[in-house]
Amino acid sequence: MSEPLLELSDLHVKFPTPSGAIHAVRGLDLTVHAGEVVGIVGESGSGKSVSMLSVLGLHGPAAEVSGSVTFRGRELIGAPASELRHLRGGRIGMIFQDPMTSLNPALTVGRQLSEAVIVHQKGSKRAAGERAIDLLDMVSMPNPTARLRSYPHELSGGMRQRVMIAMAMANDPDLLIADEPTTALDVTTQAQILDVLGRIRSERNLAIAIITHDLGVVAGIADTVNVMYAGRIVERGAVEDVFYRHEHPYTSGLLACLPRLDSRSELLPIGGAPPALDALPLGCAFQDRCRHVTSACTEADVQLAPVGATESACVNAPIAVGVR
Amino acid sequence: MTAALEVVTVSLAPTRHPFARALRRPQFAIGMAVLAFWILVIVTVSWWAPYGPLEETGARLQSPNGSHWLGTDTLGRDVLTRTLYGARYSLPTAAAVIGLTVLIGSLLGALAGFRGGWIDTVIMRSSDVVLAFPPILLAMAVAAALGPGLRNTVLALIVVWWPIYARLLRGQVISIRHREHIEAAVSVGVPKRRILRRHILPLATTPVLINATMDFGQVVLLTASLSFLGLGAVPPTPEWGVLIDEGSRNFYQWWIALAPGVAILSVVLAFNFLGDSLRDLFDPRGR
Amino acid sequence: MTEPLLRVSRLVKEFPARGSLLRKSKQVVQAVSDVSFDLHRGETLSIVGESGCGKSTTARCVMQILPPTSGSVQFDGQELTELPDEDLRRLRRRFQMVFQDPQASLNPRMTVRQILSEPLAVHDADPATIRPRVDELMQLVQLRAADLDRYAHQFSGGQRQRIGIARAIALSPDMIALDEPVSALDVSIQAEIIRLLEGLRDELGLAYLFIAHDLSVVRHLSDRVAVMYLGKIVESGTNEDVYEHSAHPYTQALLAAAPIPDPILERQRSRIIIEGEVPSPLDPPSGCRFRTRCWKATQRCADEEPPLTDPGVGHLVACHHPEEVNVVQRPVSDQKEHS
Repeated sequence: MSEPLLELSDLHVKFPTPSGAIHAVRGLDLTVHAGEVVGIVGESGSGKSVSMLSVLGLHGPAAEVSGSVTFRGRELIGAPASELRHLRGGRIGMIFQDPMTSLNPALTVGRQLSEAVIVHQKGSKRAAGERAIDLLDMVSMPNPTARLRSYPHELSGGMRQRVMIAMAMANDPDLLIADEPTTALDVTTQAQILDVLGRIRSERNLAIAIITHDLGVVAGIADTVNVMYAGRIVERGAVEDVFYRHEHPYTSGLLACLPRLDSRSELLPIGGAPPALDALPLGCAFQDRCRHVTSACTEADVQLAPVGATESACVNAPIAVGVR
Repeated sequence: MTAALEVVTVSLAPTRHPFARALRRPQFAIGMAVLAFWILVIVTVSWWAPYGPLEETGARLQSPNGSHWLGTDTLGRDVLTRTLYGARYSLPTAAAVIGLTVLIGSLLGALAGFRGGWIDTVIMRSSDVVLAFPPILLAMAVAAALGPGLRNTVLALIVVWWPIYARLLRGQVISIRHREHIEAAVSVGVPKRRILRRHILPLATTPVLINATMDFGQVVLLTASLSFLGLGAVPPTPEWGVLIDEGSRNFYQWWIALAPGVAILSVVLAFNFLGDSLRDLFDPRGR
Repeated sequence: MTEPLLRVSRLVKEFPARGSLLRKSKQVVQAVSDVSFDLHRGETLSIVGESGCGKSTTARCVMQILPPTSGSVQFDGQELTELPDEDLRRLRRRFQMVFQDPQASLNPRMTVRQILSEPLAVHDADPATIRPRVDELMQLVQLRAADLDRYAHQFSGGQRQRIGIARAIALSPDMIALDEPVSALDVSIQAEIIRLLEGLRDELGLAYLFIAHDLSVVRHLSDRVAVMYLGKIVESGTNEDVYEHSAHPYTQALLAAAPIPDPILERQRSRIIIEGEVPSPLDPPSGCRFRTRCWKATQRCADEEPPLTDPGVGHLVACHHPEEVNVVQRPVSDQKEHS
């Protein structure tokens, strides 16, 4: 197994609030290897976005981040701002859910793309301009030359997302962090964007960390899947293992409550609600909603451990919940 | 970053009383303190003021001393007393103006926003005409036409001020009208009048409240300005503008104008603070 | 076949366009263009499509929240567009609506009790019955009656949506229009709300007009499905017809694009990536509106708008070159990429 490109160890992220600290990420371990597509799935409050934002130091000053995040061996937590800036848009690209807030509405697409290039590569403006067209080609933007002169608000959601991807790819990064990249898009546009990502990935051996709540997206694009709940990873493994041979009750609960295109079988809701992150129970965070809960679940923190085909954070695994 | 807001908490705990929370903020506390002070003065001054407001003590143009803490004016009247009594004229006048303006302006604005059509056009064009004038000029013109006296001042200021609230409310009504809970009310079968009353207007009150609070200081200033120009309160009424007018004619007796000036300043500042803190308080994050 | 509860005929909704002063664009945007469908008692009809297809506007026109530009909406035989205001208002008790945004559709200044009492009060319910009925409604949507005196913002998203549903069933309507009722909810909450809707439907005999963009949810809930594109219905039929025997290229592209949480299936399915974007509704393509992105488009598609008819597949399709394909099951076909 090659050296991991990105490694998160025991990551904790806390947000102080007047009513107590919110422990949004509670001891996360995660690795991404070169060329690997890692899916991070979870519902709201699971901590999936928060954890990846820590990689590039994108939290506000109020956040308390501890643990270790290394990229190619270099520690990022506590790294000087200049180093993080160098990485952002350089070796690590990032795309977000809403391109409208990430793109500067006052600058043309061409201008923003060129800037992304110039900031990191110090070339001539002309070279940057040409590179901009190449980038738009890379993301299959129709009429790339014309698009250079467009402003973000003149483009559709799908086109804006392509621009975002182009900007993130401007400096040939090793890793792309995609935070809900298709959530705000129509399904046919989503298919186009996922297609673009898949193509870029194989052309450039790009590693992608994709954060999403959509298990269908992950099923289509990911090599490994991390399922998060209440600030922790509760199950992890190769994509087929997680979908067909999972061990954690939350994973099975999640899959069982999804309506599917190819069948009309009954939905089995999980019941209850995710716990408040400022008032977590002792032991497993899923205990209040779990069908298989025992006293062991309430006594102590549960760590991820290999069980069967996947790693899962459940004291009672194997439960053989991976029924397909 | 929206990351911190990812948390889904079902908090059914009762929220702490907003007034208590508000008092923690220095701006609000100062504003309330000054307001409380002046209200106290208005109500109680006649019991403890050292002299009467019209009492001529024969000690003319005295600079501040032991028996007249803020000195006396050309007729020997105690400046401190007159300034304190002045609150009884300046503040209630402003309150009347604001109260009536908000009422009239809001009614017209709500009507314009809800009904649209020619009603809207008539009301909006009228407000445009009024707003085209510099407020003090228009107020002067109306006050001059009506004659002196505080009652006419109130009328003049209402004429000048109502369009602001008409516009404010119209804008509010129009924006609220398109919200989903209004569509829901329509689909439920709620009659139009009730929609306006229960679903639109209650949500429009917050900006009005904030605006009215901040306007209060402006109205006090405008009232004083009219009196200063001889178009508002009539001497010997110790309205602050009148006092400043007297002070301006005795420029070297700086204490005569200073006291009412500071009084006006304190009121304007207090209401600005209050308005600002109200605005912060009612921000969506306070939900 | 009994008379339909709802019959929509040739519905059109136009909005005045704000086109650029320089370009010669048409003056109106036709958000809904000649749409017709029926809804029977107890039936769930879903209208699916992507953003801008006109499905939400259709629902609002049916509900008479927006006045249709032309066309007819008949509810239980009565023509809604011609009813006097007060009669329409009274008839509303029989067709209600659930909205997408559980936060925005509830008045933030009203308690839940007030929100749920209002429908009953404005339709002249006997005041003595209101309180017990409101308690009953909370139970029906699985909320606690003890929370009735709270405000909407004190509940979670899923709970707020339950309140919205309780409001919609308060008057025991025959039909409920639901505009993306679960889109704003987390996946596990979605499942609960879907189950709630199913349960209520069966218990109360409701007809649902379900507007959604999520094809999996629609697959689960619907009896019949209509697919909209740029203001028109391009395909409609039973759930099985549309999902397993789709004949319109857009429907097929839509189904092929919708992800399935099943890695092996998802990676082996036919992929149909249609290029381009939805054309501007200000200036829709002539003839078939989908032709600019359709891999089968011919000259005929530009000259002649295809009517919504049955070309022999057992359901309605608006296409000159319909071809029945199942894009959902494990395929044997190879990859198809079209631009």
